[in-house]
Amino acid sequence: MSLLQADGVTKKFSGITALDAVSLDVDDGEIVGLIGPNGAGKTTFFNCLLGMLKPDSGSVTFDGVDLARVPTHRRARLGIGRTFQRIELFTGMSPREHFLVADRAHTRRGSLLFDIFGFGRPHADEQARAAAVLDILGLTPVADRQVESLSLGIGRLVEVGRALMTNPRLLLLDEPSSGLDRKETEALAMTLREVQRQSGTAILLVEHDVDFVRSLVTRAFVLDFGTLIASGRTDDVFADAAVRKAYLGDIV
Amino acid sequence: MDEIFRGMTFGSIYSLLAVGLVLTYKTSGIFNLAYGAQAFVSAAVYYEMRKVHELPIPVAFTIAVLIAAPLLGLLLDRLLFRHLRSAPAVARLVTTLGLLVAIPEITKLFFAVNTSYQPPGVVPDGSSAYNPFGNVFLNRDDIATIVITIAVVLAIMAMFRYSPLGLRMRAVVESNRMTELAGVDADRVSTIAAVMSSMLAGLAGVLISPVLPQLNDLYYRNLVVAAIAAAVFAGLSSIPLAFIGGLLLGILSQVLATLLPDGSVFKASLGPSLPFVALFVVLIVMNARGGTREVADPLAGVDPPPPPLVSVERTDSLTWATRSFGVIFVLGLCYWLLFHADEQIWFPPAQEAAIYAVIFLSITVITGMGGLISLSQATFAGIGALATAQLATDAGLGVLFAAVVGAAIAAAVGALLAVPALRLAGIFLSLATLAFGLFFDSVMVKYTWVSGGDGIQPHATPRPTIGPIDFANEKAFLLLCIVILALVGTAVIFIRSGTTGRYLDAIRGSQTAASSIGISSARSRVVVFALSAGIAGLGGGLFAMYQERANFVGNFKVELGLVWVVVVVTLGARTVEGAIQAAIGFVFFQRFALRVWIPWAVNHAQPWVDVKPITGGVATVLFGLGALTYARHPEGILEFNKRKSLAAIQRRIDRRKQSPPDEGAVVVGEVGA
Repeated sequence: MSLLQADGVTKKFSGITALDAVSLDVDDGEIVGLIGPNGAGKTTFFNCLLGMLKPDSGSVTFDGVDLARVPTHRRARLGIGRTFQRIELFTGMSPREHFLVADRAHTRRGSLLFDIFGFGRPHADEQARAAAVLDILGLTPVADRQVESLSLGIGRLVEVGRALMTNPRLLLLDEPSSGLDRKETEALAMTLREVQRQSGTAILLVEHDVDFVRSLVTRAFVLDFGTLIASGRTDDVFADAAVRKAYLGDIV
Repeated sequence: MDEIFRGMTFGSIYSLLAVGLVLTYKTSGIFNLAYGAQAFVSAAVYYEMRKVHELPIPVAFTIAVLIAAPLLGLLLDRLLFRHLRSAPAVARLVTTLGLLVAIPEITKLFFAVNTSYQPPGVVPDGSSAYNPFGNVFLNRDDIATIVITIAVVLAIMAMFRYSPLGLRMRAVVESNRMTELAGVDADRVSTIAAVMSSMLAGLAGVLISPVLPQLNDLYYRNLVVAAIAAAVFAGLSSIPLAFIGGLLLGILSQVLATLLPDGSVFKASLGPSLPFVALFVVLIVMNARGGTREVADPLAGVDPPPPPLVSVERTDSLTWATRSFGVIFVLGLCYWLLFHADEQIWFPPAQEAAIYAVIFLSITVITGMGGLISLSQATFAGIGALATAQLATDAGLGVLFAAVVGAAIAAAVGALLAVPALRLAGIFLSLATLAFGLFFDSVMVKYTWVSGGDGIQPHATPRPTIGPIDFANEKAFLLLCIVILALVGTAVIFIRSGTTGRYLDAIRGSQTAASSIGISSARSRVVVFALSAGIAGLGGGLFAMYQERANFVGNFKVELGLVWVVVVVTLGARTVEGAIQAAIGFVFFQRFALRVWIPWAVNHAQPWVDVKPITGGVATVLFGLGALTYARHPEGILEFNKRKSLAAIQRRIDRRKQSPPDEGAVVVGEVGA
């Protein structure tokens, strides 16, 4: 049984069908791509997976649990991490603080009573975990700078790290390469492979940078105007005529 | 039938005020809480002109509505609103709060309004009634009100739709900054809107005054609460809906008043409570329908995020130096206070300041940490005081234990209030807490099980004893207050750096991202509300012990709580020492500066004028005006000065690094951490 199973997810926005019966599955420890041109419904699909939008019909199950009635923050606790297309960082906090607060949210250690008596500060083991992820992502040099002063590329890494700190079984990455230059994109791809190798996290990657996707994923799903037009092994998908048409237009 | 027509009189006034509120909010993004105060000013001027100077109606009307009101609007716009437009939402709210507090007090300094009974209307023989159809009785004042309102609202709607000015106003509503990019002077448009809405307030104020038994700013405040409900009903954006909402609310209140059986508890509390209940219900319902989104400027993202606290930025050695200086200073002050100060003069204000500091820490928690502005902190403190008094006197609990239970009760009430208000953002949340506080003041406190009496007569509260220590001794009680303050302050610091504080920081940074890592913002909000209400309740309990009675009316009315919020936020809501200094300032300014020091200084400086001790509303005016600095220093005056002195010290250190070090130079930092 797959880790994530979406069946016939449909979402309409006042008459416009943003998603039309989209089905998709991700297995444990696998990197899967979800591609499609701008406006294909990729981010809408993500938001349906995370519960930020409610699908009109269809179901999403994660690890055998039906997510229909599970609120967003509980889905995160079940083990779904995500990043955002328009980055959403905690303004005023440093990358290290991002990771520490995410670690707390994951371990759910501590409570108000805990805090009142001064036991709420970061513990040594939490600091160590944060330092480890900072290290993997190469963020140690900027660990204590405020995120507002960091570049977009670093901001995306901070988002990835924050999601990793919750130890997710599935990581949803929403266009992690948008706004990055070629070199940064390659570095990001390498980091993701490394992360995936070390932690065994499954990754669902939403992208429209074809090269980036091909270098990472084993399977791909293609969305166009809210419909799934192809799915399967990456090479097969990219060889598919419909995909080439939707994606590359008439050039080929 | 009769009720409907009678309801239309009040409904018309609600409509006028609601339309004015929407107008200002749409064009400047400022939700003018002081709107009722503006109406009150014109009513007071009109009363003065008609009754005291006995001017004819057209002259008095011209002076009050066509001259005084626009001038006030222009003044407010030029001095304040103009600078607030791009200020953070909190700054806008706090500034209008300051006005709400200050304007009626200033007005009362000039007009003897509390002796002004039976204000006159705008038509001659206003009270002569007509009986046009069936058993409907309308007097000339009612008819004038209804007719004028409908005419004015229609004129405004026409202006919005058809005139070039209306077009520009609608553009400014969409995005202030974008409109400026298109070459329209948004400031000028907003100024016109401010003047117009001020005239509407003045008109409403003058029209309604004959219906009121007496000219009193509290009536106007309640009127404006109902108008706020109507404005929220209109989603703060639609002028026709605001008009309809106001009328409906007026009619509804009259119909309910007739339908409900006479003498029922429900009916007795309906009159005074309806505006507050209506506001609360409308907020919750509109929110569920998704109608309470704040005006979002597409270019608003240009605003920089708030800077980190100075204590985060400065170097470790400087932090160490300022902290040790602060500790030595505070210990020295406590030592002097306990062993050398005159008990008669210094103990009561010191006790009061320590207790207020505890209460103010609740504002640090909810506003400084949670980023939410609650206007019902005084109510929570009052609940703590009332519970402590009743548990200690009637149930025979130990007083300190009773105060802890009282704090727990306040916390529970806070959590209960937070649940329906979970999804309310910004101004809407503040309005909901305001509605709750006003509702408690006018209805709940009258129940015996709430106040232990009629809500006016204070309930006796004993001082605590622990073993051999009797806290009836003033020195012992002062020490108790200081110890509790230290405990609560430490707890707040711990909470800020612990899980709760960091979750709240994360939610303020990005609620979406916080939920994506498993933080429930609903839960955090309930926690911060409960915590804040609990701290306020504990402070309230202490206050009851200090006064040896729980005097709700004297100490815990919503208006007083507004002053607290204003004082704390002005000085600095993000730090514990901000709350403590706000409390010291709050108490000493009223007790010493205004009553003793300023008159003494003035009387010694010159022989001609004899200045009497200043009491009453003046302090409120000054605190309210103090909030106006908030627009310029949104982090609070304390943080602002800290940043300045940090920069100065840093410069000096840098200079010394360049030149050879001179021995013995002492760097003195500011108090606290």
